[in-house]
Amino acid sequence: MTENNKDLIIVTDLHKSFGTNHVLKGVSTTIKKGEKVVVIGPSGSGKSTFLRCLNCMEDPTSGSVLFDGVELTDFKTDINVQRQKMGMVFQHFNLFANKTVIENIMMAPIYVAKKKIRKHKKSDPTPVDDLKTAKRKARETAEALLRRIGLEDKADAYPSSLSGGQKQRVAIIRSLAMNPDVILFDEPTSALDPEMVGEVLELMKELATEGMTMVVVTHEMGFAREVADRVVFMDEGKFVEEASPEEFFTNPKAPRLQEFLSKVL
Amino acid sequence: MNSFMVKVNRFIEVFIEQGGYNEVLTGLKNTLLIAVTGLIIGIVIGTLIATVRVLPKYKLISRILDKICTFYVALFRGTPMVVQLLVFYYVMLPLICVKMTSVSVAIAVFGLNSGAYISEIMRAGILSVDPGQMEGGRSVGMSYGATMMKIVIPQAIKNILPTLGNEFITLVKETSVVSFVGATDLYVAFNYIGSNSYEFMVPYLVMALIYIVIVCLISLGIKLMERRLRKGDRK
Repeated sequence: MTENNKDLIIVTDLHKSFGTNHVLKGVSTTIKKGEKVVVIGPSGSGKSTFLRCLNCMEDPTSGSVLFDGVELTDFKTDINVQRQKMGMVFQHFNLFANKTVIENIMMAPIYVAKKKIRKHKKSDPTPVDDLKTAKRKARETAEALLRRIGLEDKADAYPSSLSGGQKQRVAIIRSLAMNPDVILFDEPTSALDPEMVGEVLELMKELATEGMTMVVVTHEMGFAREVADRVVFMDEGKFVEEASPEEFFTNPKAPRLQEFLSKVL
Repeated sequence: MNSFMVKVNRFIEVFIEQGGYNEVLTGLKNTLLIAVTGLIIGIVIGTLIATVRVLPKYKLISRILDKICTFYVALFRGTPMVVQLLVFYYVMLPLICVKMTSVSVAIAVFGLNSGAYISEIMRAGILSVDPGQMEGGRSVGMSYGATMMKIVIPQAIKNILPTLGNEFITLVKETSVVSFVGATDLYVAFNYIGSNSYEFMVPYLVMALIYIVIVCLISLGIKLMERRLRKGDRK
């Protein structure tokens, strides 16, 4: 096996501009399967944009994002199919407000099942689940995930009745329900009350120990230190420094990083 | 007061004994049929146009569709409903040699017309929904269209329900112009009773009351629907 086989996401010379605002100025990196990458940096440094370019939530202006051998920036790529394998967790949760908690979790699996049924040809010998079975399976998965985070009694509640921490944990298991290869976290704890940050980080740590590939944009230095395999410091649209957590926090090299760490630690 | 009672009696006589209620029932049926069907067609057209107009504009096809929709909205908002009815009935239909009943023409014109207005209402509704809802749907791999239909538009409709109710009420009242193409609506029915009894005071008064009752019922219905749709909101 060559090392390449373990590379899940390969980013090459990624640029992104919003009008005249050049946000990403050539980012290249490789994220391996099972790796936990934590991206930190001052606001406006392009870390969220970098993350959102990984699943083409923002279309990169130039450069390439190779996910599991598929070029995501290619217009011919069915980005929806690829995104089913890349979960994303947002700062503001983005749970579907018109759906109950369990419907939120079942939504995408049922959508995919419906698509499979529609595309399935009679001549194709491999059977697909009919809609009823698919729905039952989706519900079982969703219930199991809800039990895991201890929110099974909230299954039929609407997101607006949950606390911030509960919302974010539901958002995380919503992406887990698709069984993704990687989950992208865009400042998952920044919109939470301080006392709710813990429960979300706890769940993320659990995922990390289970071997989920994670790319996390965050301001939680403790989380970075504890969970990350690699910490990346971004400034002005570039990766300024990449290192293991010990190296990164105890022996920062770039002056801009030293200054940043002295302010936040 | 005595003369008023005479007029009431005269109205009742024509309304019941001379079969005037048949006309009124036909008129009521047509008024509701035109308004309700027109609203449904309008919502379908309006939703389609609104979806096109909020599409990201980096593809040529979406820019072309956008121009077509802009033209459509300008056309139907820029001319009075009566003019649209007359043009449709007396110009378009003879030109393409199609025969339609005046009620179907009214339904078509009301649908096309309200589609133009509802498209703008719906667009405002879609824009009022947090963009994060679309991102949430896209992030789990649902297509733009599926996220729009299942997540964004249901929330948009909840937000625009009061305005949509306004549009429906306007449609109900505007049906009084369909007599221009010979369809029987409430106005035609009561006008008929008035002509037969040589007395217009009571028929027109009753007509106004019927309109008010219909509109009150619609308002009540919208209130109930809104309550149902708001169940997902913060208590």
